[in-house]
Amino acid sequence: MEIMFRSLRCSACLVWLLALVWGSDARAVLTIEITKGIEGAIPIAVVPFGANSALPVDVAQVIQEDLARSARFKPLPKDDMLTRPTAPEQILWQSWRVLGQDYLVIGQVQPVGAERFEVQFYLYDVFSGQELINYRLPVGTKDLRRAAHKISDLIYEKITGEPGIFSSRIAYVTVGVQNRKRLYKLQIADADGYNPRTVVISPEPLMSPVWSPDGKKLAYVSFESRRPAVYIQTLSTGERIRVAQFPGINGAPAWSPDGSKLAMTLSKDGSPDIYVLDLATRQLRRLTESAAIDTEPAWSPDGKTIAFTSDRGGSPQIYVMAASGGVPRRLTFQGNYNARPVFSRDGDRLAFVHGSSGYKIAVLNLQDKAMTVLTSGPLDESPSFAPNDRLILYATRGEGRRQLAVVSVDGKIEQRLKTEEGDVREPAWSPF
Amino acid sequence: MKRLMVFLFVAMALAGCRSTGPKPVAGGPEEKAAAAKGLGEEESGAFGSEEEGAYEPGAFAPGGGYAGSQDAGPKEGLLGKRVIYFDFDSAQIRSEFIPVIEAHARYLASRPGVKVVLEGHTDERGSPEYNIALGEARAKSVAKALELNGTAGNQINIVSYGEEKPVALGHDEASWSQNRRVEIVYREY
Repeated sequence: MEIMFRSLRCSACLVWLLALVWGSDARAVLTIEITKGIEGAIPIAVVPFGANSALPVDVAQVIQEDLARSARFKPLPKDDMLTRPTAPEQILWQSWRVLGQDYLVIGQVQPVGAERFEVQFYLYDVFSGQELINYRLPVGTKDLRRAAHKISDLIYEKITGEPGIFSSRIAYVTVGVQNRKRLYKLQIADADGYNPRTVVISPEPLMSPVWSPDGKKLAYVSFESRRPAVYIQTLSTGERIRVAQFPGINGAPAWSPDGSKLAMTLSKDGSPDIYVLDLATRQLRRLTESAAIDTEPAWSPDGKTIAFTSDRGGSPQIYVMAASGGVPRRLTFQGNYNARPVFSRDGDRLAFVHGSSGYKIAVLNLQDKAMTVLTSGPLDESPSFAPNDRLILYATRGEGRRQLAVVSVDGKIEQRLKTEEGDVREPAWSPF
Repeated sequence: MKRLMVFLFVAMALAGCRSTGPKPVAGGPEEKAAAAKGLGEEESGAFGSEEEGAYEPGAFAPGGGYAGSQDAGPKEGLLGKRVIYFDFDSAQIRSEFIPVIEAHARYLASRPGVKVVLEGHTDERGSPEYNIALGEARAKSVAKALELNGTAGNQINIVSYGEEKPVALGHDEASWSQNRRVEIVYREY
């Protein structure tokens, strides 16, 4: 499988327009267009699930789209299927073998009382006919999409050995115009762009959302009081606390991996410096002391190191230092603009904005210090790793607007998350 | 440092009395924004659900950012010029703007009760938080120049919006040069 993955080739412009969701419980704000995909990924057939009545969500289609976006799989188009079994006894193995399918997913959705369903699905190895998963999932009507993502996660993990990211979420800021006034919204949505939900809305800028390590809170910057402040908001309740509003800059919040501290940029003592706030004891510790700009802290997953942007050497570059304090060490040397570092979740890599004839997303391998430029610019920023480190979500410019895009860390996959209007910026991918 | 700790402690204690907005229901259709209230002394009241539609004047013209009060303050001669423009990635004041800053400095020096807010802005290139820092450096350059010409420090407030509030919406140097700026905003008095 590894060999197969490496030998994948790029294919041109496979367009995946996620159709409007039926039912009233979701509106698609972001649609995903796969601008650069790969051929020869693992062939898998996800047969439309059996159901006695029309469902608000086509579960099999959601699973197909999830698997296709992962770029590890190549789902068989529905129209190419020779048979459409919905129960194990209906499977004709030969009809899948002739189509060259490695795996087969079938299932049913049965109502159990009002507004409740039970989803049963099976995953098979087509060569051996072996059943790999046989799973029942009770769900409410409103959770059918979520159930489909959960099934995608189970399939992905069973076949690849790695956890899937289909149940994860993304946060981002939209900037729209209403009556000639800017309107900033901090939103969260499913990883496929569905179920967008507004967390904060303000006529003044909202910036730099970051997920707490447990995925339950967002820290962000809001200018709602006409000067910047850092807030932490609990998503399930909407409760929030303001953790910093000092004179000057209050920005660039970054959670420590254990969620107990927030690194941030403050300029209350002069030039912008990195500070660490202990959320339990409320103690604030100054980490950097330079007359230059120090900002955009990022915590390594082991909590020991903080990377940040500094122009102390004359141009913005990325530095690292011990989270306990000490002397910063410069990490980037190629080009005269390297900023906004973020660690991969395994700690092996750093993604950042690299300026050289445009602004692009680059990755630095922290072992051998090799830098790879992943995107083509001209205005790419705010990289954020997927929970499994395989993909990077970032902000880009397209069709004259700010949009979000995804690139795989090997550069082989590119996707755009499109909106019908307005700008979308500052994405952050949730943890698992 | 101790005073700072006390300040922070008070801020956090205040933060403890948080308010709760409407509960966001996962997957629900029309969830309103969690209208959690800000805790600042300058309660904006601008927070709310989309439907309320009560928003401040927008910032598509210079001067609209801080108080929506581009009409406040003096207009005569150079005092009518309120925007200082900068070169790329620079907080250096260009010589052509020195007379403008001197005019404002003289005006402010002779009216100690008048206050200004210096809003720092950048173009859209580069990362947003770095641009916040760059916008602040620009505003501080102007503040320093005002103070050198007699304005008292307590007449000046600074806020950086980085690349968040462009006045020109294009993606070329013509727009960028308009956006790399510090706006001198007279507070209503």
